[in-house]
Amino acid sequence: MSDRPAKSYGIIATFQTAPQLYHAAEQVRDAGYRHWDCITPFPVHGLDRAMGLRRSIVPRISLAGGITGFITGMTLIWWTGAWDYPLIVGGKPYFSPMFAFPVSYELTILFTAFATIIGMFVLNGLPMHYHPVLKYEHIRRGMDDTFFIVIEARDPRFNAANTRALLEKAGGTAIAELEA
Amino acid sequence: MAHASESTVGAPAILREVKPAVLPRAILVEHGRSFSWITDKISGIIEGKTPGWWWVCFILACFVASFTVGGITYLVATGVGVWGHANPVNWAWDIVNFVFWIGIGHAGTLISAILCLLRQKWRTSINRAAEAMTIFAVVCAAIFPVFHVGRIWYAWYLFPIPNSNVIWQNFRSPLEWDVFAVSTYGTVSVLFWYVGLIPDLAVLRDRFYAAGNKLRSFLYGLFAMGWRGSNRHWSNYEMAYLILAGVSTPLVLSVHTIVSFDFAVSLLPGWHTTIFPPYFVAGAIFSGFGMVLTLMLPLRAVYGLQDLITQYHIDCMCKITLATGTIVGYAYGMEFFIAWYGANPYEGFAFINRAFGHYAWAYWIMISCNVITPQFFWFRKVRENTTLVWVLSIFVNVGMWFERFVIIVTSLARDFLPSSWGYYSPSIVEIFTFFGTFGVFSVLFLLFIRFLPIMPMAELKAVTPQADVHGGHHGDHKTGLGDPASVEQGGPQP
Repeated sequence: MSDRPAKSYGIIATFQTAPQLYHAAEQVRDAGYRHWDCITPFPVHGLDRAMGLRRSIVPRISLAGGITGFITGMTLIWWTGAWDYPLIVGGKPYFSPMFAFPVSYELTILFTAFATIIGMFVLNGLPMHYHPVLKYEHIRRGMDDTFFIVIEARDPRFNAANTRALLEKAGGTAIAELEA
Repeated sequence: MAHASESTVGAPAILREVKPAVLPRAILVEHGRSFSWITDKISGIIEGKTPGWWWVCFILACFVASFTVGGITYLVATGVGVWGHANPVNWAWDIVNFVFWIGIGHAGTLISAILCLLRQKWRTSINRAAEAMTIFAVVCAAIFPVFHVGRIWYAWYLFPIPNSNVIWQNFRSPLEWDVFAVSTYGTVSVLFWYVGLIPDLAVLRDRFYAAGNKLRSFLYGLFAMGWRGSNRHWSNYEMAYLILAGVSTPLVLSVHTIVSFDFAVSLLPGWHTTIFPPYFVAGAIFSGFGMVLTLMLPLRAVYGLQDLITQYHIDCMCKITLATGTIVGYAYGMEFFIAWYGANPYEGFAFINRAFGHYAWAYWIMISCNVITPQFFWFRKVRENTTLVWVLSIFVNVGMWFERFVIIVTSLARDFLPSSWGYYSPSIVEIFTFFGTFGVFSVLFLLFIRFLPIMPMAELKAVTPQADVHGGHHGDHKTGLGDPASVEQGGPQP
């Protein structure tokens, strides 16, 4: 392994407390960076706004899943009971949205849950068992009690010296370069 | 937006003078514990040596579980006739135990979903274990209807899978609704639980890696999906978690509603009542909180989790038990009132028979355990005595089992025609099968507390005072959340 990594992924800075991270994130956001991230051991309340993130689009995927589930339930019950093999049971109609409702309702919830989780994984690009950030030797603390800001080298505003200075000014310590 | 700002500007001047009372917030993590203390405490349970008591309990639980294995093996080998069902009671033990276990599961979903939507932050320390309880209770519940079909190898007929008879399921039947309700409930509970586990699995992945245990690090890492604590991920994750809580709430209410439809949609006196759905849901939550207390109090004592499951948590759980128990008591009374007010002789008889007939012993066990027991929780002295709370929670479990027994058996044993009346007693095979499910449940729960974090570390950290990014700026809103100096505790702590 050479002394200098062949290609840099970006720069990582350490912050000891949630408020420090929060204010640093505001500064990085205001500096106009787009390809950057915070690493936190728990969801920090309000950090989305400090990072300038837009509202997650997971709910749209969930809604699509829910609608699919409801239509699946109704169609299944109509097709099996009134179309494929109509059978009189207890003198009741072949199909009615009333008796089809409980099952369709459950399928709405089932499909919503799957859509939500699959949507969350796809949007997050998970599973991804390898990531340059995970190679950082102290990243374990990011799951425990320490906070990090990572600014990626592919960001148009990225400049090794200036970015490092920004993170230093924002209160970051142990600033290090990440290998790609 | 314009309207909103106008109305604020145009508000009477007095409104600007009004200072809302600042209510002290309960401290959810005591002694100002740091983030790393939480990580070490919860992970330490998994990383430490397997305690001796765990092995004792595990072997005992396996022994008890063998009764279920034996009971159902004998049933499958011989036929469903080995159960004590006979005309007119063709449906008793299996459905009693099914409803009993499903009901227990409901408190887990209530804690994880409904209390999440209601922003009851005290749920954080108990929700992981309560959700685990839900999943294991659904497993125990599913055993009964599945084996009651008799020919277990045809159980897949319950699902709309094309079969050689070319006939489809009868979707007009509440029993078919139940198939969908319970399988959805089980699936969504597992998904919700798993999503909650992901960040904590990442913690364990990294800790086992640092400790040099590559195999366990690999296994936890595989299920952690490469979680790296990215805030861009947390943003989607939190939204997904909220939506799962949002859909689990109507789910848990619908599951026990549909379970109650199994009875309410029939025409049998004592079953055919519109009060069943809300009454069953309240009863389910009541029994579930009984079970949560039964499980969490020993866990708290054994692992020394008093800083995380505080007296405030126990108070909250006791009060919910009291509230739902009282709702159940009200439902018992209202059933009698409607039976009289409805002026239907069969309905009236069904209720008089419940209280004073052949099964009166079961009815009075139910009343004393479900209506009288929770009333002790009115008293602070009782709630602060954990041993007493634990004993009372056992009574709640017993009472709720008898509730299902009373509802199901008395109505079937004494229906319209006296010539077809009977008396049901369980056979030894049924008793063994049910007894064994406590072992099945315990085996699963013991494996859970040994191998998975019993509390959501990330969520616990988020409710500590030092997680609040505005802690130092407007401390006047934070009365009771600890002194502002505690904000500085976020860093590494000894």
